[in-house]
Amino acid sequence: MLRLESVGHVLGMSRIIDGIDLEIAPGESVCLVGPSGCGKTTLLRLAAGLMPPGEGRVLDDFHRSTMVFQEGRLLPWRRLLDNIALGLKALGVPRGERLSRARVLAEELGLGERLDHFPHELSGGMQQRVALARALAVDADLLLLDEPFSALDVGMRSEAQALLIDLLSRRGIAALLVTHDLTEALRLGHRVVVLSPSPARIVHEERISRPFAERDTAFLYEAAAALLRHPAVARSFLFHQDEEAVAS
Amino acid sequence: MKGSLPSRGVATLLGWGGSLTGILLFVALWEWGSLAYGSFLLPGPRDALAALAGLWQAGEAAGAIWATTWRAMLGFALAGLAGTALGLLAGMSRTLGRALEPVSTVLLGIPPIAWIVLAILWFGSGSMAAVYTVMATTLPVTFAGAQMGALTLDRRLQEMAEVFRLPPLMRFMDITLPHIVSYVFPALVTALGVAWKVAVMAELFATEDGIGAGLAMARVNLDTAAAMAWIVLVVALLLAAEHGLLRPLQRRMEPWRQAGRGGH
Repeated sequence: MLRLESVGHVLGMSRIIDGIDLEIAPGESVCLVGPSGCGKTTLLRLAAGLMPPGEGRVLDDFHRSTMVFQEGRLLPWRRLLDNIALGLKALGVPRGERLSRARVLAEELGLGERLDHFPHELSGGMQQRVALARALAVDADLLLLDEPFSALDVGMRSEAQALLIDLLSRRGIAALLVTHDLTEALRLGHRVVVLSPSPARIVHEERISRPFAERDTAFLYEAAAALLRHPAVARSFLFHQDEEAVAS
Repeated sequence: MKGSLPSRGVATLLGWGGSLTGILLFVALWEWGSLAYGSFLLPGPRDALAALAGLWQAGEAAGAIWATTWRAMLGFALAGLAGTALGLLAGMSRTLGRALEPVSTVLLGIPPIAWIVLAILWFGSGSMAAVYTVMATTLPVTFAGAQMGALTLDRRLQEMAEVFRLPPLMRFMDITLPHIVSYVFPALVTALGVAWKVAVMAELFATEDGIGAGLAMARVNLDTAAAMAWIVLVVALLLAAEHGLLRPLQRRMEPWRQAGRGGH
């Protein structure tokens, strides 16, 4: 269980996060949606324990949590297998064993033919799969994902989302995924949490009961439309252009 | 870049052919210039090669190569070590960086010829003056490379390392070091080229042996062919050091820099 208790954060002169309460149960996938620049990434970094919150508490009793970043963050000087095995190396797993475990994961994620390639020789989608494999390799039971697919083009994004759903449900891993794309949140989450523009506050929460496999495109658009009919959600997504214009 | 072995071979040959064409064109121009201006002002390539062969048989060339090489290498090594160490410190500590940067700029601005004069005044004529001059002129180059490397360390990779709980030593070996090497190595290649040229120039004034001293002797004797022969020798040495030593070393240490897939 990961629990954020009235977490707030102020950076410099501006408040970024304001009184967030959030719980993630084992095996549960929660998607945080909000407009760009609303403090989602900061919230994720607080949840990851990368920095202490200015206010409130973060309680994490998951066995191991890891993160998938927006831009892969692979080591350019390490081959694919070594990149996947990085977390295992940090745990002190001997080289032979960590490479064979990395190889199994690489095969599972469809990277089997590129084992000795360097990151710059891989497509964006493959790099992101390597990042995912690296996070899975350490047997995490909580994945924190920061807009992991936003740099991919449409076809690859859909493929990567399907892969993620499959991996999460088969392994029973909990996930906290940050995105600015409502349909992505609706496709990947058991629960969708909508944040306001900066400072981030929770303005709406929706439980999606439909199984992942049955969430087709029609469902996603209908659900997104239904969500946007809530005034608070609409304010986050549709009517913030004026505010942005004033702010800038 | 993928392709079958024969097509890659042809591509390599064409590449070599291109370089060879350039070299032959250069030699042809040289020959033409020599015909136009007379072999006293501009001896042709054949005269230069003959002079080189003469120097070689007289045993002068080997001794000169050895003298110049160890001076250039000693100065280069000292500058490489000191410059890299100082550059890393300057990159890691803002205060030290701010203090050392203007010093480095000033050092970089001092022409090598001024260093030679100072070195001769301080150390007297001899190897010491040449080695010192090489060190003083190449130090700012390696310093700048190492400082840039330390300054541009990727915060995002550091954060990733934190998420995956990399222990400090592994963080250094797997993240910091490869990044810094990727900046220091090109600086070292540049510094090596400077080291050769400055070593030869310092020898011209400060020593009685070495390639520079040979050039000085050629000047006294108005022996343009010998001067050309020494120049050919310096260029050959520089190319050998860069392509025979530093580049292969870099390929070994940084395979991730090669763009396409190599063989295998």
